[in-house]
Amino acid sequence: MSQKPKKLIDNKGIRTDGRKLDELKPIKIQVDVLANADGSAYVEQGKTKVLAAVYGPHEAHPRHLAQPDRAVFRCRYHMAPFSVEERKRPAPSRREIELSKVIRQAIDPSVFLEYYPRTLIDLFMEVLQADGGTRCTSITAASLALADAGVPMRDMVAACAAGKVEEHLVLDLNDTEDKEGTADVPIAFMPNMNAVTLLQMDGMLTIEEFEQVVNLAIGGCKKIHALQKEALKAKYVTVKEEEEEG
Amino acid sequence: MPIFYEKRQLVTPGDLIAEGDYIAGDNTYKEDNKFYATRVGLVDHGDHRLSVVALKAFYIPSVGDLVIGKVVEVGFSGWSLDINAPYIAMLRASDAFDRPFKTQRDDLTSIFDVGDLILCKIVAYDRTRDPLVTVREPGLGKITRGQVTEVTPTKIPRVIGRKGSMIGMVKHETDCQITIGQNGLIVVKGKNPEDERLAIIAIRKIEQEAHTSGLTDRVTEMLQKEKGGVENVSET
Amino acid sequence: MTSSIVAATVKKKQIAQLISLGKRLDGRGLTDYREIQIEPGVIERAEGSARVRLGKTEVMAGVKIETGEPFPDVPNAGVLTVNAELVPLASPTFEPGPPDEDAIELARVVDRGIRESKAIDLEKLCVVPGKKVFVVFVDVYVLNHDGNLIDASVMAALTALLNTKLFNYEVEDGEIKKKPGYTRLPMTNHPIAVTFAEIKDTLIMDPSLEEEQVMDARLTVTLEKDGKICAMQKGGSGYFTQEQILEAVKAAKEKTEELRKIVVGG
Repeated sequence: MSQKPKKLIDNKGIRTDGRKLDELKPIKIQVDVLANADGSAYVEQGKTKVLAAVYGPHEAHPRHLAQPDRAVFRCRYHMAPFSVEERKRPAPSRREIELSKVIRQAIDPSVFLEYYPRTLIDLFMEVLQADGGTRCTSITAASLALADAGVPMRDMVAACAAGKVEEHLVLDLNDTEDKEGTADVPIAFMPNMNAVTLLQMDGMLTIEEFEQVVNLAIGGCKKIHALQKEALKAKYVTVKEEEEEG
Repeated sequence: MPIFYEKRQLVTPGDLIAEGDYIAGDNTYKEDNKFYATRVGLVDHGDHRLSVVALKAFYIPSVGDLVIGKVVEVGFSGWSLDINAPYIAMLRASDAFDRPFKTQRDDLTSIFDVGDLILCKIVAYDRTRDPLVTVREPGLGKITRGQVTEVTPTKIPRVIGRKGSMIGMVKHETDCQITIGQNGLIVVKGKNPEDERLAIIAIRKIEQEAHTSGLTDRVTEMLQKEKGGVENVSET
Repeated sequence: MTSSIVAATVKKKQIAQLISLGKRLDGRGLTDYREIQIEPGVIERAEGSARVRLGKTEVMAGVKIETGEPFPDVPNAGVLTVNAELVPLASPTFEPGPPDEDAIELARVVDRGIRESKAIDLEKLCVVPGKKVFVVFVDVYVLNHDGNLIDASVMAALTALLNTKLFNYEVEDGEIKKKPGYTRLPMTNHPIAVTFAEIKDTLIMDPSLEEEQVMDARLTVTLEKDGKICAMQKGGSGYFTQEQILEAVKAAKEKTEELRKIVVGG
């Protein structure tokens, strides 16, 4: 009755958006994009666009949110109503609430929270356009915004997903691959400590496949980590260059 | 015992600066025998000490610092000041009065009200309590005139310059009184708004180009050019 | 009588010290589960139900079946909805109110295990394609929190689904008419979750509340009956190394086989 669905990966191993199996979506990063925030970053990964902003550390209001021995993150992952195919209602969905929590827990280990007891650090991520991998792009952007704000960190956190689509193991799934594929494993990684700070999975994978997918995702994270550093340096290098010309 | 970066090279959080027997200075941390940067900034090392001069960081109170705070709340026994730090500073009422004060009789808002800018000094700060400030020393108190500008606190030393050379030059060229808070707030008081504007432009330029060299000369040149333009206009 | 979630420093040290010797506060080994008690069908009014006790953690799951419209992109399948309540009476730290991030995370992790393993044959729940399907509501109700709510909830949800009765029916003029008798809810898989806590670089299974209060991070691995992974969730503010994750996944596979026998039987 239903038509045979178009293949997501052709027999040359090329995906619907022209990428190879282990190729990241094209990434564009800018830091310090919002004037009011203490730190901010904008990341485009393929068609996914995320804006992240940091306010703080500042005194905790309401007081009961504060911890006596460390700073506390208040994270909000949110999708703009126009970010998806069918308009999404602005109120936080259960998915956004869960993702706000796992993203916060992915960022927590990277910051020296113990330096600022009794304070709050607000971290806002807005998905302006969604095409798969939004929680990963959000984590990448959040880490950049924190560095831009001058919050002391152990390492940058880079995030990337890998999974299984039509018998192939692929890196950085787009929205169609995520919806129609067999498995999706988003991972956030801090290379200095070989630390996986976000790990989720849905779908079905054998243990061997899972091991390979994790390797693939971590490889993607390392590449994104290098791009993060470049982007942070680029802000200051440009000023230096302008200086030397003028 | 290798150091992987030269002085004044740019590093980002998590960059491995060195491995070996060193001391972890500002904006670095040690894990096993490795030293990493915690902020974006320029590497500095010497005397077995590694540090990063952060290009952007917020102010952390230090006892003895002169800061400029804004009153955000007037309470029963004192004022709460926003000193551009993660913590609100407290100024006790007893500190501002020469005599013991009575909460019913004395109206604190008549001394300092919400929105006032106060030049004060940090007298106490530890991790378990908010910082405490005083206005008891001469020169401290409410700022009544002038223009305020803000720079990121890590650049304050650059604004001041070696032995005050940079800020001294700006004061001289613009004929302004300039009060610098370690927390990044700067008040400029000049003979007229135009002089104040020049001083502020100079401060902005210093902040933007803090990581470059030859800055003092360039700022002096810029100020003289700007002033030259104004003088030409007034002559005709 | 404490309502504080701050664990005493002395206790933290005690737990960490014991764990480095391969032991736990209650004498268990690192991969031992607490005593598991499963009671199916405890709520007769529900179409399916179960109460699970995992040590002192107590979770009840109830299944209600209703009819409704299918999702537009899957017109031939029934609908599954999982909700979880951290009922205030279960812990001094649970406040009344709509589900918070912990309750939502719990529901979604339980949901993922059931959904991705295709535990329920949702296509058999289609009545009139594109128009009418059965909607399966799984409500997880935490009654006492002594750690490891996820594993207990997955076991409770699975048990409840396994004893869920679907009334017999026929379709007349596009409407459902009940007929006498029942069938079992069509189930094709039995997902089981194993949760680890990481304390001082050591992984322990089935953490108690005290252990959760001092842990660095948490990892849940859900496997379906043929040993494939169908859901994973890292929790907590710490991290795992790649090696630890692989170690956990392999240990989880073994453990789920043991646990599945308890829940599903032989």
